[in-house]
Amino acid sequence: MAIPLVRFEGVRFAYGENDILRDVTLSVAAGQVVAIMGGSGSGKTTLLRLIGGQLKANAGRVEVDGEDIGALSESALYERRKKLGMLFQFGALFTDLSVFDNVAFPLRERTQLPESMIRDLVLMKLQAVGLRGAAQLMPAELSGGMARRVALARAIALDPRVMLYDEPFTGLDPISLTTIGSLIRELNDALGAASIVVTHDVAESLAIVDYVYFVAEGGVIAEGTPEAVRESSHPFVRQFIAGQKDGPLPFHKPAGAYAADLGLEVGRE
Amino acid sequence: MNNNGLVKLFARLGAPLTDRLIKLGFACRFFVSILRHSPTSLLRFQLTMREIWFAGVLSVLIIAVSGLFVGMVLALQGYETLVRFGSSSALGILVSLSLVRELGPVVGALLFASRAGSAITAEIGLMKATEQLAAMEMMAVNPIARVVAPKFWGGVLSMPLLAAMFSAMGIFGGYLIGVQLLGLDPGSFWSQMQSSVDFRGDVLNGVIKSVFFGVAISLIAVFEGYDAPPTAEGVSRATTRTVVTSALVVLALDFVLTAFMFTGM
Repeated sequence: MAIPLVRFEGVRFAYGENDILRDVTLSVAAGQVVAIMGGSGSGKTTLLRLIGGQLKANAGRVEVDGEDIGALSESALYERRKKLGMLFQFGALFTDLSVFDNVAFPLRERTQLPESMIRDLVLMKLQAVGLRGAAQLMPAELSGGMARRVALARAIALDPRVMLYDEPFTGLDPISLTTIGSLIRELNDALGAASIVVTHDVAESLAIVDYVYFVAEGGVIAEGTPEAVRESSHPFVRQFIAGQKDGPLPFHKPAGAYAADLGLEVGRE
Repeated sequence: MNNNGLVKLFARLGAPLTDRLIKLGFACRFFVSILRHSPTSLLRFQLTMREIWFAGVLSVLIIAVSGLFVGMVLALQGYETLVRFGSSSALGILVSLSLVRELGPVVGALLFASRAGSAITAEIGLMKATEQLAAMEMMAVNPIARVVAPKFWGGVLSMPLLAAMFSAMGIFGGYLIGVQLLGLDPGSFWSQMQSSVDFRGDVLNGVIKSVFFGVAISLIAVFEGYDAPPTAEGVSRATTRTVVTSALVVLALDFVLTAFMFTGM
């Protein structure tokens, strides 16, 4: 396997006393699109924030392109983030800037390129996501799927080595969903980048990714290629793939006895 | 009550204080961080210019109208009192000193906190709630340098100018009432004002006050926005806190500054 661009080694992370990740080890190589799946609150988004250095691991190493992200100073961290692109769940476009200015933002802020070249680059990025015609619109004028595509164009503006996607399929209509899915694959292949897709969407992600990690109970509990995952007999993977209501991930949040909560057992005490 | 219970009781009583101290500590670190990123931010002065437009220029109307009315009321009330002692010609002095020393900076600051401070908090809070600040960080752009510092300096630079405008409009309002309505001699109105208002002792001290208020309000506004929980309720509470805290801080600061400036402490 090629040298990994992103590597987690025995990573532990907690919010105060509350352990989110206990022991996570995984790696993503250049050219790979990897999905990270798990229930809500399983720490998937935390993984992305650890890669971006917005959170620091309590133990273990998070490496991006061979460098320990947790050990970098603030200025070094900002420098390394040039290698990263991230698509946020709802796009996170700057609402006071037009589509064109949103995509131009990282280029204007982080490069010394002349405005004429920035214009060409922005139009190329917008063309890649099919929205060159929307360059002069404001974010409020875009549909959810279009906003996500503009955010994608902005995320790839600096040709990142690592692309991070936080729930890219949430709340999209079937057409936008397929469009975003195929864009993730195409852009990754064109950039030669490593992409990490945090998602719930089983069908769409299994169609585009090379490898899948299932995260639960603070660690990676299953992993494999999409084919292996489809065949897996692991109870958690089965529940997730089949969308079963109950299983290793319980439908009910742990609570006291139901009857006692309703006051039905008072007389028996 | 056992020992454990007592400890819990004291912990609960002290919790609001420790929470506020922790928040104050964060605010101080945040202020240092703003100052650290200010040189980079101020070098791109067009970012601060934009904020001066939003915080300052768009507040001109409310400041000018309020100043005019406060000056007019001051003249009406002052005339009533002065005329009893036969010194109605001192109306110009009364109006100008009240405005320049006190009302211009203080009422200007209270209006500025309500109009611009709340808008700054809401904008930063919503940018945080919609992950725009996180997106900026991931694009290797520091949100403190790009968003927070320009808003802070925009507020700091706008405040003294708005306070001066408030005082000027107030004095004009005093002139309208005193000279145009009540028939005082315009020459005496202006000349007494000119001879009694000291540039250093009165005007400059008023400007210094408004600079302090500008720093306090801008810091509270950007901090509350940045610290707001990323929810609708969190942003609305932070906006309210900006207005309330700013008002209290301005009044407390005003007392301290007045004590130092005008009583020779």
